[in-house]
Amino acid sequence: MMPIQPVLLWSDLLLWLLLAGALGLGFLSARAAHLRQAWRRLGRGAVAMGAATLLSAFLLVGLLDSLHYRLRLPPAPGQTQAMYGVEVLSLLDGLLSGLRERNEKTYSAPLATRLYAKESRDTPAGVVREYPRLKHGGAHLGEDEAGRDRDVLQRGFAGLVLAFLIWLALAGGLVAHLAWRQGCSHREAWRAIWQGETALAWRGVLPALGGLLLVALPIFFLAGDYHVFGTDKVGQDVLYQVLKSIRTALVIGLVTTLVMLPLAVVLGIVAGYFRGWVDDLIQYVYTVLNSIPGVLLIAAAVLMMQMLIDTHPQWFATAAERADLRLLALCAILGMTSWTGLARLLRGETLKLRELEYIQAARAFGIAPPRIIARHILPNLMHIVVIALVMDFSSLVLTEAVLSYVGIGVDPTMTSFGTMINNARMELGREPVVWWSLAAAFIFMFALVLAANLFADAVRDAFDPRYE
Amino acid sequence: MLAYILRRLLYALPILIGVNLLTFALFFVVNTPDDMARLQLGVKHVTPEAIQKWKAERGYDRPLFWNPAAGGLQQLSDTIFFDKSARMFVGDFGQAEDGRDIAREITSRMGPSLAIALPTFVLGLFVTISLALILAFFRATALDFWGVVACVGLMSISSLFYIIGGQYLVAKVWQLVPISGFGEGLDAWRFLVLPVLIGVVGGIGSSTRWYRTIFLEEVGKDYVRTARAKGLPETLVFFRHILKNAMIPILTGVVVVIPLLFMGSLLTESFFGIPGLGSYTIDAINAQDFAVVRSMVFIGSVLYIAGLILTDISYTLVDPRIRFE
Repeated sequence: MMPIQPVLLWSDLLLWLLLAGALGLGFLSARAAHLRQAWRRLGRGAVAMGAATLLSAFLLVGLLDSLHYRLRLPPAPGQTQAMYGVEVLSLLDGLLSGLRERNEKTYSAPLATRLYAKESRDTPAGVVREYPRLKHGGAHLGEDEAGRDRDVLQRGFAGLVLAFLIWLALAGGLVAHLAWRQGCSHREAWRAIWQGETALAWRGVLPALGGLLLVALPIFFLAGDYHVFGTDKVGQDVLYQVLKSIRTALVIGLVTTLVMLPLAVVLGIVAGYFRGWVDDLIQYVYTVLNSIPGVLLIAAAVLMMQMLIDTHPQWFATAAERADLRLLALCAILGMTSWTGLARLLRGETLKLRELEYIQAARAFGIAPPRIIARHILPNLMHIVVIALVMDFSSLVLTEAVLSYVGIGVDPTMTSFGTMINNARMELGREPVVWWSLAAAFIFMFALVLAANLFADAVRDAFDPRYE
Repeated sequence: MLAYILRRLLYALPILIGVNLLTFALFFVVNTPDDMARLQLGVKHVTPEAIQKWKAERGYDRPLFWNPAAGGLQQLSDTIFFDKSARMFVGDFGQAEDGRDIAREITSRMGPSLAIALPTFVLGLFVTISLALILAFFRATALDFWGVVACVGLMSISSLFYIIGGQYLVAKVWQLVPISGFGEGLDAWRFLVLPVLIGVVGGIGSSTRWYRTIFLEEVGKDYVRTARAKGLPETLVFFRHILKNAMIPILTGVVVVIPLLFMGSLLTESFFGIPGLGSYTIDAINAQDFAVVRSMVFIGSVLYIAGLILTDISYTLVDPRIRFE
């Protein structure tokens, strides 16, 4: 019998479908000459490919966190049917089970061996106030606490060396491959990479990959026995929390487009193509939506959604399912409130396109409107759609943090950058200061949003004909 | 001109009606007043009588749109829609959950909101436009390149961190100003410095980059070349010609937010404990006070539409080519 039972959450399904859809769309769009050229331009940009490398790393973590299962419980005596635990785990949880389970009592600083708060302890000499040793952080050191610095340095150095070796191996493999493909010497291939003469900008990928390895491997070596980013108020490892937050950010940034895109594309094109009362009606709807300040509309909708969830507990089997559906509902609300900008752009562009000769000719031949839209208008709007999608991603990640802070974001039990910041908001006001939760959330969020912004700029430059 | 403004005001009416219907549907049709009562009363106190009493106190015990029990015009007016939604058009927002009059609360809280939002807006505009002018002036140099890189970096920081970091550094470590709070009269400036500063710094990234693209678009135009060919120095070209012409696209984005300044900022006000409309909204969200949230949605859209009309009027002032017939 299987030791695990796979669980498919809705957001997992959507995320994987979205990935498949994006890949499919990428291949389809490569069939049109002008889009193929845009993809090539994008591939030649060093910054774009560096950002893409970083984004893929985030995506990898997010996707590992999107394969869920429930563990089988050890069978009770005389029991034949398999029982599964209520806790829904992901593959990432499984890989990081050490981080997930090694909880301390409360705050502890990064790489610390002792708690951050004093506790009273009874000893034969009376009650002593001291910082107690951590249960897990640095526990392998035993009595030799002074050896921590050396141990940390050793592990960090080992990680750096290994990272460098792996990077060298990857770069060497790449050079060998390029040299073999082009039929030139290894030296020439190496030079071609750094001069930016390759079709794909390896000079962006390699440094990004190197940086990623140099950061990730030392952390990996240390995380086994220390809390690299410390622990939070309830003693949970902060590194584990930031890694879990990545999936939430990705779901918000990506699944929202699934709601927004069909609305924006269909309504925008239909309004521009058919004009008349259809146009008036669609314009009226989006002016109404637009005139409500974004946060307030989202707040109103989320409040109502929360109430709907609170008053109907019977809809959800597990807490994970409820949190998941709440996340999706948030995506839906964000999508419903953010399609207006793209729809307006598409409407304007369709108004221009429908007057062009080739579309007039298609109409004169009696081709039905849906076919004209699909064959002649939509392909010429694809660049706007692609640009809008990547531009929206980073702002959605930032929005999630603000909404969760205000209390109208994701479920409080779901780890996200917003809930992390919300839980840690008083920590800087504490004496002594607890800075690591905020710092970790800041670093990871900044890296994700910065990479997304840089990538979005490159996509805009590559796809927008005006920026050539 | 007057006829144009009147016409625009008439256009605004159907949009406000749409907003009103949308919020009404959101607040009363998605969830019934019974659900609302259960939520507000809490699990312990939910009895059918308590729910009835709660609804009667707030006037939620009537039908939504049509009251067949009443006579004459009251069939329309003695309903939740008329009482709770239609009355907002005349500025009657009803009572909050704590029994206070929402309209009064709003007028008294506009001052503090404006005290933060207005300086932030003016100073922010000045700083970002100046920075953008510098970047555009030194376009295609190392300064421009690193300026844009810095802008993208600043854009990638969540506004939460600007506030948390600013509060920690300026108020806690350096102890230059109080961490939070608000004072009356002239004394208030000590409380205003930090939120205004943080608001300005937080907006630098995206605004500077946006204005820089607008300036660069103008730089490539024919009239700029003509001005240079006349022998005008580059500084004069920038301030006399480019800045003036770039005002039109800048105005589109800027004027529309002016009325919304009354609403204040949700985050800044809640972090700094400023008794403005932003913190009022946040408190209402946390207390699930739907009457207040509904009123804020309505006021927000009124102000936004006012901003749109102001934008159109401001066009005529800066662009003599545009006339409203």
